[in-house]
Amino acid sequence: MTILVSRLVQALVVALLVGAATFAMMRSLPGDAAWRIAAGRYGYDNVNAAAAEAVRAELGLDGPWLGAFLQWMGDLFRLDFGVSLVSGQPVIAEIGHQLGASLWLALAAVGLSLVIGPPLGILAGLRPGSLFDRTLLVVSTALKAVPQFLMALILILVLSVQLGWLPAAGYGQPRHFILPAFALALGLAAVNARIARDAMAGVVAMPFYDFAQWKGLSRAQVLWRHGLRNVSVPLLTYLGLQFVLLVEGVVVIESIVGWPGIGHALVHAVFARDVPMVQGTALMLGLGFVMVNALIDLLAARIDPRGAR
Amino acid sequence: MQNPFRSLLAGLVALGLALPGHAGTTLDVAAPFEIQSPEPSTTGHIFTRMGIAETLVDADPQGRLLPGLATEWSVSEDGLTWRFTLRENVLFHDGTPMTPATVAGALEIARGKPGPLASLPIAALTPEPGALVIALGEPVAALPAFLAEARAQILAPAAYGPDGQAVAVIGTGPYRVTSLTPPLSLRATAFPEYWGAQPNVPAVTYTAVGRAETRALMAESGDADFVFTLDPATVTRLSRSDAVEIMSVAIPRSLLLKVNAAHPFLNSPEARRALSLAIDRAGLAQAVLRYPQGADQLFPPAMGDWHNPALDPLAHDPDAARALLAGLGWVPGPDGILSRDGQRLALTLTTYPDRPELPLVAAVLEQQFRAIGVELTINSTNSSEIPAGHQAGTLELGLLARNFALIPDPIGTILSDYAPGGDWGAMGWQNAEIAALAQALSRGEGGDAERARIAAILQEELPVIPIAWYQQTLALRTGIEGAVIDPWERSFGLPGLRFAE
Repeated sequence: MTILVSRLVQALVVALLVGAATFAMMRSLPGDAAWRIAAGRYGYDNVNAAAAEAVRAELGLDGPWLGAFLQWMGDLFRLDFGVSLVSGQPVIAEIGHQLGASLWLALAAVGLSLVIGPPLGILAGLRPGSLFDRTLLVVSTALKAVPQFLMALILILVLSVQLGWLPAAGYGQPRHFILPAFALALGLAAVNARIARDAMAGVVAMPFYDFAQWKGLSRAQVLWRHGLRNVSVPLLTYLGLQFVLLVEGVVVIESIVGWPGIGHALVHAVFARDVPMVQGTALMLGLGFVMVNALIDLLAARIDPRGAR
Repeated sequence: MQNPFRSLLAGLVALGLALPGHAGTTLDVAAPFEIQSPEPSTTGHIFTRMGIAETLVDADPQGRLLPGLATEWSVSEDGLTWRFTLRENVLFHDGTPMTPATVAGALEIARGKPGPLASLPIAALTPEPGALVIALGEPVAALPAFLAEARAQILAPAAYGPDGQAVAVIGTGPYRVTSLTPPLSLRATAFPEYWGAQPNVPAVTYTAVGRAETRALMAESGDADFVFTLDPATVTRLSRSDAVEIMSVAIPRSLLLKVNAAHPFLNSPEARRALSLAIDRAGLAQAVLRYPQGADQLFPPAMGDWHNPALDPLAHDPDAARALLAGLGWVPGPDGILSRDGQRLALTLTTYPDRPELPLVAAVLEQQFRAIGVELTINSTNSSEIPAGHQAGTLELGLLARNFALIPDPIGTILSDYAPGGDWGAMGWQNAEIAALAQALSRGEGGDAERARIAAILQEELPVIPIAWYQQTLALRTGIEGAVIDPWERSFGLPGLRFAE
């Protein structure tokens, strides 16, 4: 319960900080917002003084900043995110669509990485120093060292262009998920596997692990009852950290495979000076981190009996 | 021991193969333009390109105007009253008929928003039986061309919300939208009650893909059948592939250097000519753009009558450039950069990365200008900084790609850019003769001689310095027939495409 309360307070603080910081940053950017918004709306062929004036008149951009800030904070607490200055659509609808697209991609990537990484890591950790352990070390280091955009391009070249098995880019059908999720998952799995391997090797070296075998449990039973539970705590904790890396990767991968996600939205909104969109997306990402970490805390507390009160 | 990994990969791939893919009857288009909303003033060009929405007037690849939703048009003796006879039995995609009142309503909404229509002296739009009558405050000979522009598209009354912003795309074209998912995708199927011939391909999709590399890979892997706009490096690679056919056509768009002619360093034609002589256009075109040649005047041959083959071509001659600058009192300093009265010949060049070739060209220009003693600082920023800098008078040099085909008659762009000057055209420079010639052409007076004179004045005075003429490129999956690239960037020509069997 205390976990939830502290996370709730944290969420409020994050909302305030993100709100104030994005507001201050967008206000202090160089350049005239009316021009930037006009360029975002009408494109470089058609942005001119008439378009910028029309935008300025429509949006009333010249108001004092304090009023605008208080207005925005007030709207926020009524859960009103406003309307995108560029597309004219409600921000909440755009974020719902784009955050959803990113979230599914991120979940698919995490799911895939958990299927690939930890089982291999546990296998290696059961026999530290074996040929398999050393091979896994090399492979996972190599995979981790490949930047995600390069990984995506290599996968597209091999799986789409050479073999023709998967679409190179696009969105909307389940088959479009596989390639970008895989590109993200390989990097995540590389680290997952290392964490699982080290944790497993640590557990195997513990006296209680040997004792469990002496008392007559089969190898599978020992692994199931005494191994996996111990390995899963550091893995889960690391998963929370990985979400930061994941968001970074999602932004890169989205731009390569043409994915209508939140990274794409944020980059465009910043460029077009679409303040409500920037504030909305930044807030959602901030709250997302708090939520993920709260979930991880809860899960870890359940798995690890030492923390229970 | 890699078995788990390999079987997982194989399983995923099998899953990918088993999931429903594209039917053989759908044509997939990939292009860089994003869908913002159903609003014609921002996204209309995608709807007209995809054959979803139509305009009163159409244009062929030569820029000749053709009947669209209007079958014919005529103008009164004084050039102030235009009468557009509307096509009969045209239905919108929601089943309602197109009437003179709905056409007048759509155009009334369109001209209230930023765009070419807003700049016209329209006094009244009056629906009459079977026709639309447009009354003007002064003659505009190119009015039909203005009505061929994407933002003048005719949507059904139900397409607009109470504030005039479009909430749905309800057009009259051969394709009807079945799903619109901003910012990246759109699906459409043939509209059975279309007034013209039914398209050969029953369904089309549109995907906005910002990165040129990704579009090229989609063409290569067959994920897109029709890929619009390729980067120069890709064209070379894809032309070796059997899977795609590359098409390319010269378009009325020029890469040019906008010059602040009121700037004390740039206010003489000699100074501007010196900058022009410093540019190795052929080398730049071949190395950066992979085009066979650079521009030797502002208007490309694709602009037909506006291109003047009699002009002395712009040349590359750094020695002559140095001599011109020396004649203006500039002397080389210790680092090779010229100076005059204690001021260094240093300028800021503003450009934008929306077109990826522009920052590359800017980097080459920096080298070529340094060779004649001009120091350049490149500021690659938002595209709006060029018109904003024009308005504020702070822009020094701007590198940009100018589309002379915003409407399928270049006079629209010439008027806004050079008579006397404009956000994307001449700055701090005025020429009464050009202004008079362009206004006369706009009223419908004059012809080839006047156009040739405008080109000659621009070549002599160089209010902007031309660098290259653009080509539009298209990658088409092998086995698709009937493709034509529209140099006026109005249509993808989807209704004319066929899958060869």
